[in-house]
Amino acid sequence: MLSSLDISIIRKVQEDIPIVPEPYKKIAEELGISQEDLLNKIIEFSNKGIIRRFGAILNHKNVGFNANAMVVWKVPEESIKEITDIMIGFREISHCYRRPVCDDWPYNIFTMIHGQTKNICEDIVQKISELSNIKDYNILYSIYEFKKSSMKYFQD
Amino acid sequence: MDRESKEILNLIQTEFPLDARPFLKIANKLNITEQKVINTINELKKQGYIRRIGGIFNSSKLGYTSLLCAARVPEDRIYEVAEFISSYKGVTHNYQRNNKYNIWFTVTEESEEKIKRFLQDIKVNTGIEDILELPAIDVFKINAVFAMKE
Repeated sequence: MLSSLDISIIRKVQEDIPIVPEPYKKIAEELGISQEDLLNKIIEFSNKGIIRRFGAILNHKNVGFNANAMVVWKVPEESIKEITDIMIGFREISHCYRRPVCDDWPYNIFTMIHGQTKNICEDIVQKISELSNIKDYNILYSIYEFKKSSMKYFQD
Repeated sequence: MDRESKEILNLIQTEFPLDARPFLKIANKLNITEQKVINTINELKKQGYIRRIGGIFNSSKLGYTSLLCAARVPEDRIYEVAEFISSYKGVTHNYQRNNKYNIWFTVTEESEEKIKRFLQDIKVNTGIEDILELPAIDVFKINAVFAMKE
């Protein structure tokens, strides 16, 4: 269970930390706790997997990763473990999920690839397809980004 | 972008120091001054390379539910429908993609009921009925880190 202090810390840490020599001291002061307690909490949250990563989030387009491909694959149930292991071995694959299928949607494995160009993305898709022998896939590029933001928790 | 900026971007994505003086730690690693690291990060933020520095949370561990949805929208209504979807605060990602399901969005909320209500709102307000709900059954990887090469 999260305490009310935990929630106050999460509200702060989900924002942008100040770029000053002692940023944690500043945040801790705002929370009325010691810097050490704040850092220990962040470490605890990281160890528990509540924080996935602590650090910089880049604008991938601005740093040259212009092609954002969602590749969806039709993978036989019995091969999911083996084939997703191949997929997640690629550094360029940032996300890999299994999702449900329905009549209108036969693809059960979703991967996100961020590459500098479409060609780079397609090379990776080609390699995965050869290694996994999955030929039934579809590349969905983002044509337009309407919204991309970090979720803000506990706002009410 | 110069070599130092790239090195800083690589470091602050993967091993941002949890230390009283994080920028000094980075500076020592790169053999530059703390002030130089701070100035470079401020510049990288101003130029739009860095969106934010902070914690990235696992929504399910905070008791939230996330859902990927795909809507099938007539081409001439894409912007109008996407705008309606984006205006909802729980929507974090919203993209047009090259598929018959052409609007892909992620919504995160405190409960499945709230998400259901939002999807119902979309249907009532835009008349768009064909929306796939694609929750993650298994998560094999989440690691959006971008290696800046020299």
